[in-house]
This record gives sequence, C-alpha cells and structure tokens, in this order.
Amino acid sequence: MSQLECRDLCLGYDGRTILHNLNFSIDSGDYLCIVGENGSGKSTLMKTILGLQSPISGEIITGDGLHQNEIGYLPQQTVVQRDFPATVREIVLSGCQARCGLRPFYSKEEKKLADENIEKMGIANLGKRCYRELSGGQQQRVLLARALCATKKMLLLDEPVSGLDPKVTAEMYQLIEGLNKDGITVIMISHDIGAALSYADKILHIGQNVFFGTKKEYLESEVGKGFGMNGGRE
Amino acid sequence: MMLVDKLSLYFQYPFVRYALVVGVLISLCSSLLGVTLVLKRFSFIGDGLSHVAFGAMSVAAVLGLTNDMVLVLPVTVISAILLLAAGQNAKIKGDASVAMISVGSLAIGYLLMNLFSTSSNLSGDVCSTLFGSTSILTLSKTEVILCTVLSVVVVAAFVFFYNKIFCVTFDESFARATGTKAGIYNLLIAVIIAVIIVLAMNLVGSLLISALVIFPALSAMRVFRSFRSVTICSAVLSVFCSSLGILISVLAGTPVGSTIVAVDIVAFALFSLIGFVSGGKSK
Ligand SMILES: Nc1ncnc2c1ncn2[C@@H]1O[C@H](COP(=O)(O)OP(=O)(O)OP(=O)(O)O)[C@@H](O)[C@H]1O
Ligand SMILES: [Mg+2]
Repeated sequence: MSQLECRDLCLGYDGRTILHNLNFSIDSGDYLCIVGENGSGKSTLMKTILGLQSPISGEIITGDGLHQNEIGYLPQQTVVQRDFPATVREIVLSGCQARCGLRPFYSKEEKKLADENIEKMGIANLGKRCYRELSGGQQQRVLLARALCATKKMLLLDEPVSGLDPKVTAEMYQLIEGLNKDGITVIMISHDIGAALSYADKILHIGQNVFFGTKKEYLESEVGKGFGMNGGRE
Repeated sequence: MMLVDKLSLYFQYPFVRYALVVGVLISLCSSLLGVTLVLKRFSFIGDGLSHVAFGAMSVAAVLGLTNDMVLVLPVTVISAILLLAAGQNAKIKGDASVAMISVGSLAIGYLLMNLFSTSSNLSGDVCSTLFGSTSILTLSKTEVILCTVLSVVVVAAFVFFYNKIFCVTFDESFARATGTKAGIYNLLIAVIIAVIIVLAMNLVGSLLISALVIFPALSAMRVFRSFRSVTICSAVLSVFCSSLGILISVLAGTPVGSTIVAVDIVAFALFSLIGFVSGGKSK
C-alpha cells in the first residue's frame, strides 16, 4: 500500500474549484516534486494534504503506518509577526508539540531530538539566538529542523529555497536530499525545474494540464517539454 | 521615616492589605497572556471584552446584585467565545462585530445606569467603573477570595498549557498541521482573557485594562529575546509596577488604576532605553 494517495481530489476555496480530479500516490521514501505556474494551486494542495482545509470532493488516504499528523511541514511563508520573541531552540522544540498530547512539558527525549535536529541542520551555534534576528537562509533551516521534530516519515516543503542565494540554495537541496536518503518521504513544491529534475524521482505537474509520473516520463511528455523549454510557460 | 510610619499605619487596615494582594494577583495574571495577545492580534478582542464587561456591570448594578461578578463573568466569557468565532470566520467582519459589540455595550451600559440608577452620584459611579478609581479599595472578603481562586486557576492553566500556547501563538497553521488542536487552545486563550478582564476591572477599570495587559509584555519584549524570558520578565515587571502603583496611590491619594498605568508607562520608557542601549552595543 502506498504511503499517501489522492483519489479524485477536487480542491479550492469557498466552493470555487481550483483543481479537478487529481489522482496520484506516493510510496515511502519517494521524492516528489510539485511544479506548476503561480496560482495553480500547489500550496492549496499541500494545505489540503495537511488537513488545514478540507477537499471539495475526493479523498486523501494515508497508509503504510502514516498518520495525518505525522507529516512535517515547511510553510511557503511563515506569517511570524515581526516582533515575536523566541529563540531557535524554543521554535525547534515546538515541533515536538504534537507528540505531547496533553502532557504539558517536553520530555528528555524530545529535547534531545530537538538538539539533534538543530545539529543536523548545522545551526547548533544559533540555538540561543532570537529567530527574528536570523537571515532568511538560517530561518529556513530552523523551520526545517522544526518540521523534522514533527515527523520521521514525511516532509512537505513549500518552496523551501525561495529567496535564498545560489550557494545556500544548493546547501538546502543537499540537506533535503540527505533527509530523503535517510528514508524520509519528501514532497517539495518548487519553481526550480532544474533542481526538481535533478533531485526528485517523481513529478506532479499541475495547471491546465495535469501530469503525474516519474522524472523520465515527465521529460518525454508534452507537458514536461513545454514547461521545461519555455522557462515555466505552458 | 515618616513614609514608613504612614505605610505601616495604612497596612493595619484590611482593605489596604486586600488591595495589595488582589493587585499582585491580577497583575500577575494579566501579564502572562500579554505576549500572546499582542502577537496574535487578539488585543482588539481584549478591548471589546472590557466594554462588554462594563455593560454587564451596569446591568448588574441596575438589577441591584450585591456580587456583580456572578453576572459579569459568564457574560464576558460567552462574549469572548462569540467574538473569537466571529473573528475566525471572516477577518473584516470579525473586526466590525467587535466594534459593534463593544461600543454597543458601552452605550447600553451607560444608558441603563442613567435610566435606572438610584445612586445620587451617577457620574462618579460611571467613572469608577471605567477607571476603577476606588473599587480596588472597597473589596469585600468574598471578592478577595473569588479573585484569588480565579487567579490561581488562570496561572495554573497558563503554566500547564505554556508550550501549547507558544506553539499556537508562533505558528498556528503548523500547529494545526501537526495535530495540535489549535481551535481548542484559541478558545482557552479567549476564555482566560475574559476571566482576566473581569478580574482586572476591579483593579484598573474597564478602560485601562488593555494597558495593564499590554504594557508589561511590550516592555519585556524590548529587552529580552526568548519567549520564556519575556514571559517571566513581564510577570515580574507587572507585579512590581502594580504594587508600586497601589502604594503610591494609597500614600498620595491618587486614583489606583491610572497610577498603576502611569508606573507601567515609566517602566516601558525605561525598558525601551535599556533595549536601545544594549541593542546598540551588540551591533
Ligand atoms: N485563502 C484563500 N481564499 C481564496 N482563494 C485563495 C486563497 N488562497 C489562495 N487562493 C487562490 O487559489 C489559487 C491557488 O493558490 P495557491 O496559493 O495554491 O497557488 P500556488 O500554486 O501555491 O502559487 P505560488 O506558486 O504563487 O505559490 C489562486 O488563484 C489564489 O488566488
Ligand atoms: Mg504557493
């Protein structure tokens, strides 16, 4: 059974449908890239998978031991208010919240997990720093570490490299690739078609024409050819 | 020496002791959620609720209830829940409904007091409800006990849910996506705010509540960088300022509520300065 499957999924806002009859499934350990034009509904799809909004019709089925609240999430834009006082460690630790249930405080293991993830993301030296004083790339790493605290199975990343310089972007992709190699399923939204093609093994293209399949199939498909050639225009 | 004598004389009166105890408790409670309130833009709810509480209080006065908390507390809590629901459905409508409810209850409250009040000093009554000029010094023993119990509940709830409140305040969609019941915690926050507002009516009156809630948090945020240290600092600061304010007002005969807020403002200026200086150094 696949880890996540979308069947005849229609999504949108207030009854207005943006995407019709989406069908795809992902297995454990996959690296899926979602590509498509601005406004085509990529973030909406992600929010629907996360259960932040309900689909208009169709269903999302999780399997393979994955529960919906075991999905780590890196939002496209975190609407963190400008003045929020919080240290890096406090934020990463908050990723463990879902594990706590009603227990009021974090356990030793959870604190250890947070420290490990901080280490993994290479931000150990920033642990006591205030989040709002960090650079964009550092903030992304903090949020990725937080997402890792929430899951061991699946990560949803909404444009994780937007606004990062080429060097930091490459580092970010390597971090994500490493996580995928460790066995975490990665679903990433990206406008960077080159990166999508070099890292992902499956592609979901949404927009006027929907495509889902492996990288190779994508390159041979009409949708893929159009999107790749004209720098993102269909 | 004279000051100390005068103080110890005052402390022989139970009402002064009550005022200090209740003042400390209320300011502790009100400061805890300050950060959340400021950052979650819930402050408009706080403002609206204080007006609702004023309306409820005037109804209680008209009905001649001896203990007006019986009416004011449930009405405010229910309004908090309603306002929160309205605010989540649609943002603009939420704002408008807060404005409607708050100004509406202010008007109705004043109207009712005018129509039915038997008191000879009507504007004095209204003034004390709005600015809390004397009510802190006229607390009965039941009110003190009620205040104490409610404060303990508020502090306990805050400590117990501290990490969850942080999570929901910092990034609500992440919290919801990973299975934290954000709706319930928003509700909890709204209810706690309502309780705090009703409590704080006694201390500073309904117009000045927002100041009591927001100033300590804003001051602490000038200097500290982590959520925990900001929370602790604003709690300590708030208790300190309120105690100082109460003592000054007892000695100098100034109105309690506005004296406390004045002390809070001075503290804010001081912390801004500290923040500016230390921030300048680290850069
Ligand atoms: N909260 C909302 N209410 C109503 N419509 C919305 C809302 N958020 C987005 N939309 C609409 O849904 C469509 C898809 O938006 P979405 O954010 O999913 O696009 P996207 O593919 O992520 O775009 P981008 O590449 O710019 O991030 C857009 O037409 C947008 O206008
Ligand atoms: Mg998007």
